[in-house]
Amino acid sequence: MSSSPPTDRELERRRFAGLRLARLHLRVGVMNELQYRANFVLQMIESVVALGTGLVVLALIFDRTDTLDGWTRPQLLVVMGVFTMVGGIIGFVIEPNMGRVMTDVRQGTFDYVLTKPVDSQLLSGVREFRVWRLTDVALGLVVLVWGVTGLDTSLRVVDALAFAASLAAGSTLVYCLWLIVTSGAFWFVRMNEVQELFTGLYRAGQYPVTVYPAWLRLLLTYLVPIGFAITVPSESLTGRLTWQRGAITVGFLVLAFTLTRFVWVRGTRRYSGASA
Amino acid sequence: MTELVAVEGQPRIGVLDGEQRDGRVRSMVRLYATLARTSIMEQFQYRAANYFYMIGMITEPVIYLVVWSTIARQQGGDIDGYTAGTFAAYYIVWTLVRNMNIVFTPFGWEERIREGTLSAQLVRPIHPIHYDLGSFAGYKLVVIVLWLPIAGALTMIFKPELSPSVAQIATFAVAIWGAYLIRSLLLWMLGMITFWTTRVTAIFEVYFALELLLSGRLLPVALMPDWVQDLAQYLPFESTFGFPITSLVGPITNAELVEGLLRQLMWIAIGTVGVNLMWRRGVKAYTAVNG
Repeated sequence: MSSSPPTDRELERRRFAGLRLARLHLRVGVMNELQYRANFVLQMIESVVALGTGLVVLALIFDRTDTLDGWTRPQLLVVMGVFTMVGGIIGFVIEPNMGRVMTDVRQGTFDYVLTKPVDSQLLSGVREFRVWRLTDVALGLVVLVWGVTGLDTSLRVVDALAFAASLAAGSTLVYCLWLIVTSGAFWFVRMNEVQELFTGLYRAGQYPVTVYPAWLRLLLTYLVPIGFAITVPSESLTGRLTWQRGAITVGFLVLAFTLTRFVWVRGTRRYSGASA
Repeated sequence: MTELVAVEGQPRIGVLDGEQRDGRVRSMVRLYATLARTSIMEQFQYRAANYFYMIGMITEPVIYLVVWSTIARQQGGDIDGYTAGTFAAYYIVWTLVRNMNIVFTPFGWEERIREGTLSAQLVRPIHPIHYDLGSFAGYKLVVIVLWLPIAGALTMIFKPELSPSVAQIATFAVAIWGAYLIRSLLLWMLGMITFWTTRVTAIFEVYFALELLLSGRLLPVALMPDWVQDLAQYLPFESTFGFPITSLVGPITNAELVEGLLRQLMWIAIGTVGVNLMWRRGVKAYTAVNG
């Protein structure tokens, strides 16, 4: 029994306030971007060109071979679908928010986040949304479904569930990595190049990480979690996911999230503000 | 030109009324040297940033290399003569050629026009393209130095098969600069579209996709379907990417080396005419907007 029930209830209220705040930010963000419809057309062209290029590459590959490291054409279509979807999720919520944090820290305006009565990690993840990037999520889903319908194996409900869960876990892992990199801004101020590095490495997710040599595969799994974010969800749809791999994913997620929280708390404590 | 001549302690009047070809060439050389030197000093300050950028960039060829050497191995060792070792050589040389291909971005033209930085360049007696060419050339020298350790690491990991002849090495040394010049001219033309319309992003994206597929950046053009190879012959992209790489990696005959260089010369000529035509018309459209 707590000795001060109002405080507990207060905390509870605040937690929900955080979620309400996220929803509000999302609505404002969506309404803001809906004003610029021409950007939607531009984003559409950009997405279609990128996806078209990817499909041409697949055509070139399967012009020469029937399988790439054991993956058939429909299976690689699934990978490309997941790759595009996760790219869309990153562009929709992760990249804009992390970019905003870096700018805030550099300019000293991060004060406005820290002085609000909500958890700073939560708040700094829900302030900016680039709605048009959801185009990639939609297009990726189309490619994914196209790939799945071409598979020899039929899809079970449990596979679909494993897919949804691993996609959520993988996206969260990508968020963790970005937040750790972003927290670097509390120490080094300029982290933009590291972001560029991630964008470069992310492209490796177009293919299952098993294609790459061992050292690169490890790097792409545990350092840049493309393996978890793209390959594991693809494996769950193509009947390759073992329960061991699922367990490793969950374990790594818990570990990464704890580490991220630790780095974030240390970083915000180090932040000295605009006028200090 | 004025301030640069002043910096060198040369009387400005000598350039303006002398007008001998000799003096003009010499002052152009001096302009380029100064721009390159400034840019070298500037870029060396950002060593770390440049390195991160370059490491992010090598992911792309490493992906292509892994995928295509896997296929080569699956097909019993090679695809049309390209073994894993040839692919390794191709995509390692690729990293240098890619760096040579970095020029003033067409996306930068919107800012040039909107912010009016172009206006300042217009009053100078020298065509503004020389300022871009000079400073990016200096940046290239920094890039080549920074690139050497990366190439060393990639060589140890992927074990390329590379045994170029002297003629091939000589051609490569020239061809990478030809590639730089052609791509500068092409992207200048592309960027200058901004004079007429500001909705250029889509045009740029389509251009870059075509360039990726037809230049040899994605895959050696020799391994593309026949109709793509035919198409690539009539376009400038291969001269900026695939040709320099193949000139060093091979397989290539001496006649093909000469032909490739001549083709580069042709595209430089066409590019120069194109840039001049678009520039002259574009500036008129530009002043109309401001006037």
